[in-house]
Parts: sequence; C-alpha cells; structure tokens
Amino acid sequence: MQRMKKEDLISRLKPMLSQGSVLSGEEELKPYECDGISVYRQLPLLVVLPETIEQVQAVLRLCLKLKVAVVARGAGTGLSGGSMPVEGAVVLSLAKFNRIISINKDNRSAVVQPGVRNLAISEAVDDLGLYYAPDPSSQIACTIGGNVAENSGGVHCLKYGLTVHNVLGLKMLAMDGALIELGGAALDGPGYDLLALMHGSEGLLGLIVEVTVKLLPKPELARVVMAAFDDIEKAGQAVADIIAAGIVPAGLEMMDHLAITAAEAFAHAGYPCDAQAIVLCEIDGTQASVEDFITSVEQVFQCAGAVQVRASENEAERLKLWAGRKAAFPAVGRLAPDYYCMDGTIPKSALASVLRQIAQWSVEFGLPVANVFHAGDGNMHPLILYDANKPGELERTEAFGEKILELCVKSGGSITGEHGVGIEKLDSMCLQFGALELTQFFAIKDAFDPDRLLNPGKAVPTLHRCAELGRMHVHDGVLPHPELERF
Amino acid sequence: MHELLIQQQIEAAHRTGTKLNIIGGDSKSWYGREATGEPLPVTRHAGIISYQPTELVITARAATRLSVIADALDECKQRLPFDPPSFGEAATLGGTLACGFSGPRRPYAGSCRDFVLGCRIINGKGEVMHFGGEVMKNVAGFDVSRLMAGSLGTLGVLLDVSLKVLPHRQTEQTLVVKASLAEAIGIMNHRAGTDLPVTAMAADASHVYFRLCGTHSSVQKSALLMGGDIYADGLQLWKGIREHSLPFFLDERPLWRISLPSDVPHPVLSDSDDADWLIGWGGAQRWLKSGLPAGQVFAMAEQAAGHATLFRGGDRAGEIFSPLSEGQMRLHRRIKHAFDPKGILNPGRMYEGL
Repeated sequence: MQRMKKEDLISRLKPMLSQGSVLSGEEELKPYECDGISVYRQLPLLVVLPETIEQVQAVLRLCLKLKVAVVARGAGTGLSGGSMPVEGAVVLSLAKFNRIISINKDNRSAVVQPGVRNLAISEAVDDLGLYYAPDPSSQIACTIGGNVAENSGGVHCLKYGLTVHNVLGLKMLAMDGALIELGGAALDGPGYDLLALMHGSEGLLGLIVEVTVKLLPKPELARVVMAAFDDIEKAGQAVADIIAAGIVPAGLEMMDHLAITAAEAFAHAGYPCDAQAIVLCEIDGTQASVEDFITSVEQVFQCAGAVQVRASENEAERLKLWAGRKAAFPAVGRLAPDYYCMDGTIPKSALASVLRQIAQWSVEFGLPVANVFHAGDGNMHPLILYDANKPGELERTEAFGEKILELCVKSGGSITGEHGVGIEKLDSMCLQFGALELTQFFAIKDAFDPDRLLNPGKAVPTLHRCAELGRMHVHDGVLPHPELERF
Repeated sequence: MHELLIQQQIEAAHRTGTKLNIIGGDSKSWYGREATGEPLPVTRHAGIISYQPTELVITARAATRLSVIADALDECKQRLPFDPPSFGEAATLGGTLACGFSGPRRPYAGSCRDFVLGCRIINGKGEVMHFGGEVMKNVAGFDVSRLMAGSLGTLGVLLDVSLKVLPHRQTEQTLVVKASLAEAIGIMNHRAGTDLPVTAMAADASHVYFRLCGTHSSVQKSALLMGGDIYADGLQLWKGIREHSLPFFLDERPLWRISLPSDVPHPVLSDSDDADWLIGWGGAQRWLKSGLPAGQVFAMAEQAAGHATLFRGGDRAGEIFSPLSEGQMRLHRRIKHAFDPKGILNPGRMYEGL
C-alpha cells in the first residue's frame, strides 16, 4: 500500500519539478531523517526540492489531494526535531530558495527567500553599514525561513528582540496552495497580527516562501565586560543589578564553572578557570554612550563582588572574550561522548534556586551539567553530559531534562525559550498548558490547515497524549483534562 | 470576582448568541467600526498584579489605567517602550493593546505587540486561558498573546497582560530643521540609516523634528553631528503628536492614518487639494486630514505598498481599515471562528462580518 502510494506520488511529482528534485532512495533520504537533535530520527517518504513558488503550490495541492503530510525544512539545524520528518510525509526542502531578492537601503529592509542563511543577510548589507540583528548560534548555517518558524533568538535578544521583532513581512502558502501576504515594508498592517502568529509556529500553519526583514544601522562601537565571581549566586545578583541600574546590554551572558573550564581549554579566551561563574556584558551604541555605560557596568560588577572585571579595549579583545562563550557548546561536547542541550526560561530572580536544584539532581542522576545562559532574558541552556552507548543513560538524561523543564514552569518560566517544541518537548507542553489552551491551539491549527497535513504531530500535543503520559499540569490542585479517562 | 462576572456574561451570551460590546475605559469608542451589542463592562478588573523592575516585566489586569502603569514604572525609572497614546484619562492597558496603539518611538523601539509577553483571556465560549508568560523568551505554543494585540476585542476579552518594559532615557533632546514634507522623507530616512540614537522623527508642512535619547554625553555629541536647531519644548511636541492634541488634529475633516514604507515619496495623493499631512514614524506613518472618499484613500495607500485606517471621524458604519485580500479574509474568518464561534465578541468592530 505504502509502496504504491510512494510510486504514485513520485510519478506525479516528477513532472512538476526540475530533474533530480525528487529524492526517494534510502541513501538520498538518509540526510533528511533528523535535524540538529539527532536522537530523534524518521526517514521521510520522499524529499522534494522545488525552486519556484508555483512548484511549491503544485506540491502542496497534490499532497492535499492525496492527504499526504508535508514537513517544511530549511537547513535542518533546529534543536527540537521541528523539521524531523514524520512517517509517510513528504519533506519539502526550501534549500533552493536561496536568493536575496532585493535590498532597500532607503527604508532599511531586505526581501529574501526562506532558504537564505541568517548570516548571509548581514554579509550582503555590510557595505551599506546595516545588519540583520537576530543571531542564533547556528547563524552560519540556519536559514531565515527556519528562524521565522522557530522564532529564533540569539545572544542579542534583550536589546534587539527575537525574529518576530525583526521581520516586517512574509509571503506564505496555505496547504491548499493559496498565496497569502502578511505585513510588508509598511508597519502594523490591518487585521489580525498573523505575522506574529506565524513566528514560532513550527511549520504547522503555512509554508513560508518569502521574508521581508528589518535591517538596522551597525552601531558605532561595541565593548564587552567580563566579570568573574567566586559564587554563582553573586553572579546571578550582578545580572539583576545591571538591569536595576537602567542599563540595557546588547548581550548579557553567564556561564558556570564547568562551562568556563571547558570553554577556556577549548578557546583560550582568558577566562579565570577558578571562577564559579562569569558574566559577559556587551554594550553597543555611539562611542560616547558605550563609554558611559561601560563605566557603569564595571562599577555594578565591582559592587556585586566580582573577583575580576575586565573590559575589552579593542575589537580583537572583544571577539576573544566572546570566543569562549561562542565555543561553549562544542567545548562542553569534548567532556563527554554526548550532551543534551536544554532550553528553558525562568525569571531572573529564580536563577540561584533553579541552579541549586539542578546541581542536586545532577548528583542524584549521576550526570554532570554545564550551565550556559542568556542571563539577560532568563534563557538557560543546561547541558547534560552523558554517554548514549551506556544502556539507559539517554533515558536517564531525558528524565533529568524533563525535570529541569518542569522546574522552569514551576518557577514561572517556560519549557522553551528559543529552540521550539518540535517533537522533543511535546510531553513537556502538557506541563505548561491545560486542556483549554491545547484545544485552542488545535483550533488555530485547523483554521490554517483543516486537514492537519502541515508538520502534523509536532509542537502541540493532543489531550490524549498528555492524559496517557500522566503528565499533569496541576494548577491550584485541580487536575487538568478531567474529561479524559486515566489508565 | 469581577473576572467571574465577565466570564458568566460571556457564557450566557454564548448560549443565547447575544452580541457583546466590550467596554473598558470607554476612551476609544470612536475607534474602529461602529460598536453594536449589549455592553460588557470590564472596568473593574483593574490593578497591577506584579511588577519586578529587574525582570523588566509588568503584569496587570486589563482595565488598569495606562496612567497607573506609567506612574508605577516611572517610580522605578522604567517605561512602556512603545510609548502608547492614551487619548483620554480613562485609557486602559487592555484597550491600548486591543487597538494595538504605539507612539512616536515605535519604529525605533518596537510596537505594542512587540512587547506583549503573555496574557490571560476569555474566548467567545467563556473559556479562561493563559498564553505566553512573564519571561522574555518563550516559544511554547502558538503566539496567541501577540495575536490579541490589535484584534479589537474580536477574539477574546483580555483579563491580564504581561509586558516587557525598559529603562527610561537618561537625557533627551529634540532638534528641528526647516524642510518641506517632500524633503523631509529623504532627510528622515537618511538619519534613520545612521548610528545616531534617534528615537522619534516627524515632519509638518515646514519642519522636520528629531529626538535623540541616551546618556547625556551621547546626546550632546550626537546632536552636534546631526545638526539643526535645538527645539526647546520637545516634550510637549512629542506628546502633542502622540495624543493628537496639536492644532493639525483639531481640523473638522476625518483623520486618516496612512502606513507606508518610510521612503515612499511625498505626496502620495498628488491630485487632491483636500489633503493636509503630518508625517510621523520617520516617514512610515502619515496622518492625513481629508474628506476624500474612503475608497480613494484605500486605493492610494495600496498603490504605495501600504494601508490606510480611517482613524477618527467619517462614516464609522463603512469600512475603516484597508480591505484584506481574499486569502487573508478567509483566514481571518476561520481564526475568528476558532476563538469566538458564535461571533459574539465585538462583532463587526474591525471588519463587517468578523
């Protein structure tokens, strides 16, 4: 049955697309079986690589007619399985949509295809003195379409916002192939803010085929201050003190002892390896304002009890101080065969207590944890070290990770700050949302995609799944989903 | 308590199919299409729930007055970054969000929806739901909170809203340069492309105004680089633009808000004498006083890759917002149905039949 369906699909898709744009052999499909989180894998039925909007429309219409699911894919760098295929689905790769269509210097915007890499935008407008602000760590490889789908962040979110704050317009295709334009170079369009709704919708609502991004003038100057602390709670307080002092850093990052030692050994950034925590605080703007704020930042850190405070004196020093933070993930990766990167957010005031709890669980689970944070916006990335080849260790890691996410929710935060839900955090969604919200999410999904063919089974768990797993979002002692049977 | 009353009224209206007209401070009843339906007063659901300055987040009940929020933030040297107009003492947070209003700072700091982090709402079935949260970054679930901004109460009644806030400016300085409106577009877009700390730009028939914000030394140095004369009463000027209290806005004719790509040349209506302009948002928002037929203004805005809103006055029973494309409208109807299947919440306030 599946075989016939596949042959039928191939024979119908091939005439729609250029030669070599339908992949069907197992060795061709293999590279598409997962995204950046490789523990979750699924071979797709087929992969198609259309080149024009008309071709995407034709593929969608055919899949709608045959009720075949469609999973959109950019660079596949996501960290939650958002672009991992689902069984029996066609993966629709937007890799060939890699053109920057136009750059408008006068109104500081660019129209790009979804397969354009994040960093390529800033590179293309560099000589105009402009750049595209969101800078997820995968920016060399990740594409703008995927950034919209995941509402990607980066280290500069606190000041410059997420993808949703830096995209002016989209062209999207509904599952029936209808082309719908949202927003554009003019601000704050009429009707519902579907532009915002599309951000972080993880490919469940429509297919993004064009993106208009906002470009910003490059700041005159950026400097970073590194402060080392002998106690992680002092570092956490220092982060709050920076904000309390009325400073809006371009970046405000924190690393714990294990992350520092790993990063220093890897990148030789000049971090003091005996520190329990370091905070990196970057200030950008005009030269005068940077100098003013750097002075304030240094004072705040000293008052907060930093054992060492160092400000970059030139661009080379700035980049060196950042090199350690930017290499933190691969550096931690050398400490163990595998690591599992978590992505929860918490109010900054909960930082110390959450860290203490994670440290305690780390001992209980027998799994070391290195902590790297976007401290300014309370986005934590605990990296749990494990060995996938040891029986049961992955399962233990996942259980530990879920406890961390549960703690994030209990502390007033979220199960995902920037990596998305995808397939990975479906179960944790049951902790954060109740039956009414989940039902409302499905109603939104159905408004866009009534046949539920776009990336089905991702981002929003069914009530049934939440109930079966027994993962309860218990609020005020009231059990959710009382309408469902329990087993 | 008040929440329960609101919920009960919606539940009852859902059962009977009674249309509801949500009323907060009643300071913006002139906005949008004509309101119909039984009044649903929400005014008593007010008060700040939590405010932690170091978290940069405030959570308040929707009927909290904007002035109460501004005072609370001011005490901790913080502000709402999108600089919302209040258009009256009684303006509430919920009404501001429902209208999606932002002030002169919007192109540089972000819009009303940009700062929404989370909300609790009651949908058209009377279901209380919580979306988003009180943290800066949160990509769990669809972004319903931001969808609420600008939806004019047609998808749900806002109960509580969490917003990101930011520190106040340390110093500000307004500068003025003589220029025609046509020249102003070029000047403003040029300035916006520099690294100077501009936080507002506007132009009237004879001058362009720029506001610089930042540390004292930064504003001083930037002002020298930027050139122009010091405008003494900048505070009043920007307030007048934000609150529509300048003489320009007092003209009898209907007021249109034309949103365009900031570099679209002026004038966009070359063939009409019945048009006076005040340009804000560095060229991206153009206020038009004109008695021209709505259809003509909508068409003009569309031709210039933008859109128009009949902001005040004119025929409030007709179309107020630029027409949506067929595809957009179909999605709008389905989304409305997903939140409010019986179409009881502020029906027709945004578009006829929505």
